[in-house]
Amino acid sequence: MPVSATNSKVIYDALKECDIHLVSALPETWLVHLIRLADDDPEMILVRLAKEEEGVGISAGAHFAGVRSAMLMQNHGFLASINGIVSFSHLYKIPLLMLISYRGSLGERDPWQTQGGNVTEPLLQALRIPYFFLDAIDTVKKRIRQAQTLAESSLQPVALLLTRDLMWEEL
Amino acid sequence: MLRLDCLRSVYPELENCLVVTIMGAVAAELHSLGHRPNFFYLQHAMGLASSTGLGLALCLPEQTVLVFDGDGSLLMNLGSLSTMARYRPRKLVHVVFDNESLLSVGGFPTATSTGTDLEGIARSSGIPRVATVRSVESFKTAVSDAMRGNELTTIVAKVEAKGPTAYVTDLSLLENRFQFRRHIQSLKTS
Repeated sequence: MPVSATNSKVIYDALKECDIHLVSALPETWLVHLIRLADDDPEMILVRLAKEEEGVGISAGAHFAGVRSAMLMQNHGFLASINGIVSFSHLYKIPLLMLISYRGSLGERDPWQTQGGNVTEPLLQALRIPYFFLDAIDTVKKRIRQAQTLAESSLQPVALLLTRDLMWEEL
Repeated sequence: MLRLDCLRSVYPELENCLVVTIMGAVAAELHSLGHRPNFFYLQHAMGLASSTGLGLALCLPEQTVLVFDGDGSLLMNLGSLSTMARYRPRKLVHVVFDNESLLSVGGFPTATSTGTDLEGIARSSGIPRVATVRSVESFKTAVSDAMRGNELTTIVAKVEAKGPTAYVTDLSLLENRFQFRRHIQSLKTS
């Protein structure tokens, strides 16, 4: 499986440098290494979800507890979380760092991912969620730190879109 | 059995734990008994009260966390039972007021009115301690025991579909949220 283990490790280390101690996740192909890294890390609370929207509540609980967290999910998981984002994170001004694998975009071979790819950015825009791309290894660390900082200062969700260029090693 | 009487019966014991409620009647009734800074009312995001309690309990394992859920909310997020059971924080107590109704939107019956058994679903999801209670006395005992116990517990309380006349309280959502977090941070430093 050509998911980049090297780049996943850089992303994971950047999360750790932001003092993130809880990640909620629902597995998808591009996230396998990240989830395994979290699972192997005794300092990290990994919460494997049944559905991504749960992660919005879990992250809010972590925020109340004073623990920084992140959600790892596919863009379809973001779609499944929208009510929670609007009626919890937005309504109650909860910082929420979301790492979203951007499936269904350029180079996507799986037909079932393509509709979700079409609507991911329009939905983020409609929800007024600031979003940025993780698309080059040399900017990963900085962007994750900046996104975490913005989520916390603005008390709102911020999304980082994990792109094929970063996550997938096959050309 | 009235939900308000259940809440009143355990209210004195809620002082030293963290309480998360769902929206609607549960929030309004607990608030009517007297708001405390350790109460958080999730006035929307149906289904996520239990997830919020799970997040709190995983991050603060020594702290007793009590979630007041409802049948309508839990039915929207049944997967939460399996996630709670997977990590089974020992000091998380999950109370589900089951009035078989979406009361605050006009009393439309939920699936528990036609036989869906939330205690059975909780048990089969792997929640280690489950119970259904039908009297205020048994409610009080079950909640008190669970709060003193050391095991994730789901208690389904069968209550009448009756609630308060009004659902909006004078506590703003953001005031509640900031106060709740500040309260938790003060526990950590004291």
